[in-house]
Amino acid sequence: MRSSEAGFRIGTGLFGAVLVLIVVGIGFELWRQSMLSIAKFGLNFWATSTWDPVAGQFGALPFIWGTLYSSLLALLIATPIALGIAVFISELCPAALQQPLVFLTELLAAIPSIVYGLWGIFVLVPAVRALETWTPPSLKQVPLFSGPPFGIGMLAAALILAVMVIPFISSVAREVLRTVPSAQREAAYALGATRFEAIRAALFYARTGIVGAVMLGFGRALGETMAVTMVIGNSPRVSLSLFAPQYTMASVIANEFTEAADPLYVNALVEIGLVLFVITLAINVLSRLLIWGMANANRRPIAPATDEAKAAA
Amino acid sequence: MNRVARRKFLSQLFVAFCALSVLLALVPLAFILFYLVSRGIQALNVSFFTQMPRPVGESGGGMANAIVGTLILVGIGAIAGVPVGIMSGVYMSEYAGSRFAALIRFAADTLNGVPSIVVGMFAYAVAVLPFKQFSALAGGLALAIMMIPIMARTTEELLLLVPSTMREGALALGATRARAVFTVVLPAALPGVITGVMLALARIAGETAPLLFTSFNNQFFSTKLTQPISSLTVQLYTYAISPYEDWHRQAWAGALTLVTLVLLCSVLARLATRRLERMHVR
Amino acid sequence: MPLPTLTRPTPSARNPTPTEQAPVKIDVAHLSFYYGAKLALSDISMQIGANLVTAFIGPSGCGKSTFLRTLNRMNDIIPGARIEGRVQINGRDAYGADVDVVALRRQVGMVFQRSNPFPKSIFENIAYGIRINHLAKSSADMRDMVEKSLRNAALWDEVKDRLHDSALALSGGQQQRLCIARALAIEPDVLLMDEPASALDPIATQRIEELIYQLKKQYTIVIVTHNMQQAARISDVTAFFWLGRLVEVGRTDAIFTSPSEKLTEDYVTGRFG
Repeated sequence: MRSSEAGFRIGTGLFGAVLVLIVVGIGFELWRQSMLSIAKFGLNFWATSTWDPVAGQFGALPFIWGTLYSSLLALLIATPIALGIAVFISELCPAALQQPLVFLTELLAAIPSIVYGLWGIFVLVPAVRALETWTPPSLKQVPLFSGPPFGIGMLAAALILAVMVIPFISSVAREVLRTVPSAQREAAYALGATRFEAIRAALFYARTGIVGAVMLGFGRALGETMAVTMVIGNSPRVSLSLFAPQYTMASVIANEFTEAADPLYVNALVEIGLVLFVITLAINVLSRLLIWGMANANRRPIAPATDEAKAAA
Repeated sequence: MNRVARRKFLSQLFVAFCALSVLLALVPLAFILFYLVSRGIQALNVSFFTQMPRPVGESGGGMANAIVGTLILVGIGAIAGVPVGIMSGVYMSEYAGSRFAALIRFAADTLNGVPSIVVGMFAYAVAVLPFKQFSALAGGLALAIMMIPIMARTTEELLLLVPSTMREGALALGATRARAVFTVVLPAALPGVITGVMLALARIAGETAPLLFTSFNNQFFSTKLTQPISSLTVQLYTYAISPYEDWHRQAWAGALTLVTLVLLCSVLARLATRRLERMHVR
Repeated sequence: MPLPTLTRPTPSARNPTPTEQAPVKIDVAHLSFYYGAKLALSDISMQIGANLVTAFIGPSGCGKSTFLRTLNRMNDIIPGARIEGRVQINGRDAYGADVDVVALRRQVGMVFQRSNPFPKSIFENIAYGIRINHLAKSSADMRDMVEKSLRNAALWDEVKDRLHDSALALSGGQQQRLCIARALAIEPDVLLMDEPASALDPIATQRIEELIYQLKKQYTIVIVTHNMQQAARISDVTAFFWLGRLVEVGRTDAIFTSPSEKLTEDYVTGRFG
């Protein structure tokens, strides 16, 4: 018996080891394949703006700028809406509407990135271009709104990212809200709170989890490739303007990886991928810690079979 | 306005905001579906499903090779990814307290969060570079890597939901641990696992980035696993960013096909769960 | 003011079995059991006679279920579980190094507190144990064995027309009898029952108790119960546990009418627990 149990444990454990090895492997390969670039440029890689493959000059600042700018902007737009949806579905809406609304938000999440991109190019970008053309000249003085109205650019990218990230944040936030004990809300109502005030109490109780949900959305936005690539303009520049075509880390990899001929070029792209990997890893770990921390405070462990075992646990 | 009236007003404002958020989110959804259907239907015809892409300049042609390619890639991804994922999930649920299980769980959550383009790069380094060749297998590998963590976590959570008395009942009859898990516990969780598989399949069918430099693309019809292969998503991308009107139309048709496929998978998954659960009569 | 004396449960006249002559089926000597560092059972010694019903009684958390589970080594699956002392079944050490736990569990069957039928058909539930222990020589043999177990568990007449329906569609009492049939199907010597009727209504409980009375002709039965009247009704030998210790064990009528330990007397008269 002992040996068959050992066989079972080792057998299934091996598959788990494969999973772990894949993650380790990704980090390792990315690091290995970017060594040339790391050796040549060092940290300056992330401070320089010149991206000139022909001359062998690689500076990745525009990409990290573009990634962070687009993701943060998307978060800014998406978070209130996503939380509003989460609150509406879990606290406010009539029971009959819950299932359909959940289904619709899941529908949003199920649409592939490439389809968002397609819609982005042919529907969103012309709309944004129209919006940009209509900005009054006085507003155009502001760096945020400067530049010709291409339509393609940071604004379009941020908008499409926001739409993609909303269902994600919303569903995690809903899960987090579910772990808030109903006693919290009931206590608030018993004190004469309005709906807003009671929900605010629940949100406050769940704040670490909600922050975790938002961070998970942030991580998602950072790694989004196709939809962004199709609407951001793919022009490596650091610009504050919402109208300017810019570039993200994921986009430059998607566009240029297959064309990169010399090793240094490839290494530079892989280095970008490595940093993307590390950043998303860090954000994911942090956000899950926040969410787990909150859920564990409420969750009771699974009860053992006898009272004694329960007492011993 | 006195205090109470103001608080009530704020509350109503808040409720209105939440309702508005729902509408705001549904607007793009409606837009996308509308354009998908209206522009996609125009270009959909029999030849779309049966013909290969025509060279630039010639109108017509279809995406038959792309559709087949996606099915093949998803198939490879499933064959490689589902067993690894499910077995990892079994370990995590059976030995839930152990450190190794915690490590696997951490790795699975991490892998879930890795951008798909990075997964593509890894698959490139491992399956394309050594052979100096893009291939369907490499693309399938990238998709499998994306499937594994989803399946692992889903299986783990479902198995933990099966009451432990079920496993104990099997053990008390003289089953070994392995037997108890595979003939009683896992079958009890099967409806959920199947849903998980189908939802994961729907997700990887829509992936583009990891295929860009693994399975690459192929203008011709090919089912050879060691050659580059076309896929609905990559083909869509190529057409969408091209300057040709004809290709744009086909891109919409392709998008409609893709979304229909993905939705069908998701809906089927949920229907199947409900049917299977009714059989279990909980 | 002294507490009112409650009526003692009277042992039924159905249990005049002389326990002194029964051969020893299970011999426990100085058994202590630990969950990690915590001592759950201390120094238990008793003998369980063949073809008798032995009841373990005692307040919640006193160790009776834990002790029951040491008899078929179900506690093995809990990490950090460890025993000292000896458990002999049919004269052989149950915890010996060469013991096949799977075979042991075939010999010592178990029925749980909450019925736990597998989400399969009624037939498949019974067939499961038969199949994994390779007891049936043919599918006709299998069908016979399934029928026999269901008859032994007094369930055959109620399910014979719907053997392939889901087991989960049965009532609570039927499910529990199904679990008993499932345990009987693998032809054990000993049947361990952990509060088998605690989740059932009085009528279903009565049927289980009658079944136990029938079964003891063929099997040795050990039953954990928190219901003293039940212990008095159906058992031949009663063992009283308290805080992980075995306080007293003896013939049921003696335990309930003239126990030797004050603690036992207090418990059976309802002064505590």
